[in-house]
Amino acid sequence: MIAFENVAYNYGGGELLSEVSLRLAPGSFHFLTGPSGAGKTTFLKLAYAELLPTAGHVTIFDREVHGLNRDDIARTRRRIGVVHQDVQFLDHLPLAANVQLPLTVSGKTGDSRDLGDLLGWVGLGHLADALPPSLSGGERQRAALARAIIMGPDVILADEPTGNVDWEMSLRLLTLLVELNRMGKTIVVATHDLNLIRQAKAQVPARVLRISKRRIQLAGADL
Amino acid sequence: MPTAISALLKADLHADRVVPPSGHTAWLTTFTAGAMTFLCVFALALSLASGRLATRWSDALARTATIRLSAPPDQLQLQTDAILALLATTPGVESSRALTDEEARKLLEPWFGPDLPVEALPIPRLIEVVEGDPGYDGEGLRQRLTAEAPGAVLDDHTRWRRPLAEAAGRLRLLGWLAIGLIGATMAAMITLAANASLSANAQVVKVLRLIGAKDSYIARAFVRRFTLRALSGSAVGALAGLIGVALLPNADAAGGFMTGLGFTGAGWLWPFVLPPLAGAVAFVATRRAALTKLREFP
Repeated sequence: MIAFENVAYNYGGGELLSEVSLRLAPGSFHFLTGPSGAGKTTFLKLAYAELLPTAGHVTIFDREVHGLNRDDIARTRRRIGVVHQDVQFLDHLPLAANVQLPLTVSGKTGDSRDLGDLLGWVGLGHLADALPPSLSGGERQRAALARAIIMGPDVILADEPTGNVDWEMSLRLLTLLVELNRMGKTIVVATHDLNLIRQAKAQVPARVLRISKRRIQLAGADL
Repeated sequence: MPTAISALLKADLHADRVVPPSGHTAWLTTFTAGAMTFLCVFALALSLASGRLATRWSDALARTATIRLSAPPDQLQLQTDAILALLATTPGVESSRALTDEEARKLLEPWFGPDLPVEALPIPRLIEVVEGDPGYDGEGLRQRLTAEAPGAVLDDHTRWRRPLAEAAGRLRLLGWLAIGLIGATMAAMITLAANASLSANAQVVKVLRLIGAKDSYIARAFVRRFTLRALSGSAVGALAGLIGVALLPNADAAGGFMTGLGFTGAGWLWPFVLPPLAGAVAFVATRRAALTKLREFP
């Protein structure tokens, strides 16, 4: 699905990732941990082709990213849902329109009942007409998750999705991600919240990847 | 490009909505298109008027010449008759005639008034020559005139006809150049406005790229908006320009020499071409700017 082969990434000020090789299998659940600045976000950006590797090969859905043109990248991203910690919306559009945006830009028309169901599933059904600036941190994260999955992506990449929310909301978001994984979605969550990882491992066979000294290692079972 | 044009014509409300509805670039684009089109109407009027002027001067003078005869009073009629006889046998001369005293008086009236005693003044006799097709040999005619009437001078108007026609032609060229510059300036202004709008909406563009929007989709929202603004601004500018030109004083009534800086006949339709042209300029400028700027976003 997404494969890294001897991937390195150099920001210009030094190598951030080096010799990264791994394969995200369909339906897998991975946590990505590591200290701040270790390269978690960079890894995720490489996984949805916002960044291109400075060495090695990243293959997304069997296509090497260097061979993708801008339209190919756009089409690839429709199959990958991304949730950022500092999630951004189009502030002039209501929540429902924001969540539906991936369908809109790909020329598809969504069923309003499906949209309502999705918003209800993430607990935002009553806020469909609200403008994004009026949402709380947790509501924004759940809205981002709804936007990320409305296209029925194969992969969901979440970068510190619980960074701005309380523990209760973190568990709620985790539950949603676990449910998506049970539906067959491949999930990668970058986080430094070890409690969240322990909670997840109790529910799904999640693997933990740790970035350390520019390399990615499979973490031990002590998590 | 054809897809982009059809997308422009087909309103996509969803695509239109992704960009926030207002901003300082909105009025800037509309105002620029309006002001530039207003100026363009005058440049167009200048160019068309210069064209008419050049044609009028050329046509009026191209096939006529004047022979100016200075001779002692007792020889004047004799030499005039000799010249007319000579002209009658000159190949390429369609007709010729000596101007009457009355016509000479009218020619001099603007300078000396209506009561000029032409008969008492030593003014030369003027003979009008109309050239046939093909024309006459100017140099040969001059030599024959010298033999028949040494005081006769052939003036085929070339001396001052050519610079006038050239001046009018250059004025027309200047008008077209001004139109080109105005178009280029408008394209530059709209490009700047489009770039400013794209920069101001960087967050929107980032979100759209993240969720899988193609560059063409994002560009469409900006292109359609800027094109419609330019079109509407230009329509107002063209209308204002037309009114301005219509209110200009008619120079023909004053002197008859200048043609007047206005439109005639179907020429009044030309300004209506400007708004679609402005829209096309805005379309191309915004699309180029958008597609270039979007490459900055991963």
